[in-house]
Amino acid sequence: MGTAAEGRNEHGEGPVAISGEAQRPGHIRIGIEDFRDEPLSGRRPLILSRNFSVYYGTAAAVRDASFDIPEKLVTAVIGPSGCGKSTFLRAINRMNDLIPRCRVEGGLSLDGQDLYSPQVDVVALRKTVGMVFQKPNPFPKSIFDNVAYGPRIHGMSDRGRLAEIVEHSLKRAALWDEVKDRLGDNALGLSGGQQQRLCIARAIAVEPKVLLMDEPASALDPRSTARIEELIAELRGEYTIVIVTHNMQQAARVSDLTAFFYEGSLIEFGETKQIFTKPRERQTEDYITGRFG
Amino acid sequence: MELKTRTMLDRSFTAVGILAIVLMALSLVVLLQPIFVRGAGAFVFRGTIEYRELRLELFGRGDAAKVKAEAALAEEARGPVYEMMEAFEDELGEMEPALRRELRGEYREVKDLIGDLLGPRPGESRPALIRGQFGRTRWDRTQATLHHILYREEYDHSDQSRMGVKILKPRSEIFAGTALEPLFGRLEADIERIMRPRWTVYWRFLFDESYDAHFFGGIWPEMLGTFYLAFGAMLFAVPLGIITAVYLAEYAGESGFVSLLRTCISSLAGVPSIVFGLFGLAFFINTVGVSSGKSVLAGSMTLALLVLPTVIRASEEAVLAVPRTYKEAAMSLGAGKWHTIVSVILPAAMPGILTSIIISLGRAAGETAPIIFTAAVSVGRPIAFWQALGQPSPALPWNIYNLATEHEAVDEIRHVQYGMVLTLVVMVLLLNLTAIIVRARISKKLRG
Repeated sequence: MGTAAEGRNEHGEGPVAISGEAQRPGHIRIGIEDFRDEPLSGRRPLILSRNFSVYYGTAAAVRDASFDIPEKLVTAVIGPSGCGKSTFLRAINRMNDLIPRCRVEGGLSLDGQDLYSPQVDVVALRKTVGMVFQKPNPFPKSIFDNVAYGPRIHGMSDRGRLAEIVEHSLKRAALWDEVKDRLGDNALGLSGGQQQRLCIARAIAVEPKVLLMDEPASALDPRSTARIEELIAELRGEYTIVIVTHNMQQAARVSDLTAFFYEGSLIEFGETKQIFTKPRERQTEDYITGRFG
Repeated sequence: MELKTRTMLDRSFTAVGILAIVLMALSLVVLLQPIFVRGAGAFVFRGTIEYRELRLELFGRGDAAKVKAEAALAEEARGPVYEMMEAFEDELGEMEPALRRELRGEYREVKDLIGDLLGPRPGESRPALIRGQFGRTRWDRTQATLHHILYREEYDHSDQSRMGVKILKPRSEIFAGTALEPLFGRLEADIERIMRPRWTVYWRFLFDESYDAHFFGGIWPEMLGTFYLAFGAMLFAVPLGIITAVYLAEYAGESGFVSLLRTCISSLAGVPSIVFGLFGLAFFINTVGVSSGKSVLAGSMTLALLVLPTVIRASEEAVLAVPRTYKEAAMSLGAGKWHTIVSVILPAAMPGILTSIIISLGRAAGETAPIIFTAAVSVGRPIAFWQALGQPSPALPWNIYNLATEHEAVDEIRHVQYGMVLTLVVMVLLLNLTAIIVRARISKKLRG
């Protein structure tokens, strides 16, 4: 098994079969030593993509993508600009619904539930699938109100319970110690990195299963980026994280699995270590060695 | 382009900009200076003994004993004037008929003017109108009346090619050789003792009812009416305007019908206000019948229509200016559309919306034409809040217009008119200032 199409398994059943076997010699060294060594097989697949396509009008942004995203691991989606990786990410919590003339084909399911069937409650779905955006986008409200926003709109009004959730979420997002004395301050007064961690806390506060991250560190300085990456490492194992990134070192550092998209198509999907050391596809190799992109 | 040319262009542009600002500041000073100076005359002026007597009688303010004592002193100073008039009346009866006929008319004029100046003599029957019951209450009007007594205005029409030339003829010449001749000199010399002017601060001008068609008292009914009309208009315009703005920005999309709707709203903003006034009369009063005649309610509705396009356009801009990222964040957390609008978009758009509201409030407070047919009356008592539904009320803009054009003795009460203008201008300036402060505060809160 090698290419994405081969990596398919039965809908919602069985372990994800991911092979690290190199099929082509001539592996590439890109100077990253920090690959995870634990076995990845045996994880339950959570998000299943089956010949999934997204069209804007008549143009296909994602074409025939088929792969499984396993539970409680970090999956990176990489590829050059305009390759459809963000579109794919936004399909998972149906944020593409906001774009007129956007339609999908094929199957995309979460935990056995088809995401695009008419019975799906989009509000409930988005409660299950949290999202962190490219630019930190806290609301112009207090730090407390930002984190409490999600629980509040889902009907939580008990002040004490909210305070617990806020504290827990901020601690999970490694922001608590920095802001615990000024929860009433406006969130826009925080630094960019803190704002992004606040957005992660805000997403965690509704207790999602999946966290989607759309280039979460691309607007941040290196130190803040490092903190976000540490945070992702901490959240791994608790949430299923799908992260879109431009930064290949970042993908290599934080992810267990990597999907490479090019011009709307999924070119290769596999263990991060394998993708970065022994890519099977020519295009993958060219991209990660920096020949284009 | 050469560096030299560029520098020169930059400099000349800066110079033109500074010039424009200086010119605007100057014209603002030219405009506001008379309003403030003359308007202040309604609040701070030299009041005569007549003013203090009136204040005591109408409002019960002032020290009664002191006023009585002062009035007695003034009466003493006026004694010789009345004596001379009596002496002249006796003399008039013995004059030869031709002279008597000529002087009798002249004397009647003088007697009326002295009546205006000093009020009725103690013991004389009092006229019904309050303006006839007292003499001149203000020093500036005292001097004007004195001038009329001392000089007769005549027009010389001898040169047919020109307009009549005004000639001031001293009345002491007309009455030369009679018992009345010394009266004029006496009056001029003794006027301060006769009228006893004193600097007076009348801040209650704002809160007193008016008497005898604004001859005396303040402008409280007008202030109250303006207040009801402006805030009443907001009561209708704000909810309607914000809902429309949110609909246009978030729900309407881009169909042909919607752009037609937008065009209509924009054109509505350009409709002359008098048309709104006539529409209000025809629709709210005659067709719908919100009240049987003019009422504050009908006026508020008409004003609401007038400011609605402004509220809608400004609120829509404010809603559209809210970063899309806020909306995305709210939706990604599972907020529905309505929830997103109420909890994120409207709070973030609040500075813009509030600014539009407060500026519209100023506009509604100052508009005249829409309330002529729908809400305003020239004279009236202050009305209570619940009476606003069915009753008309005086209002500042309309009464300023009314005093300037229709009042029978506007020269005597210019100070009231200017006082109203000043009050209205200050009201609108304060509203705009509030808008600026509120906007700054909320933006600061939103920025963190």
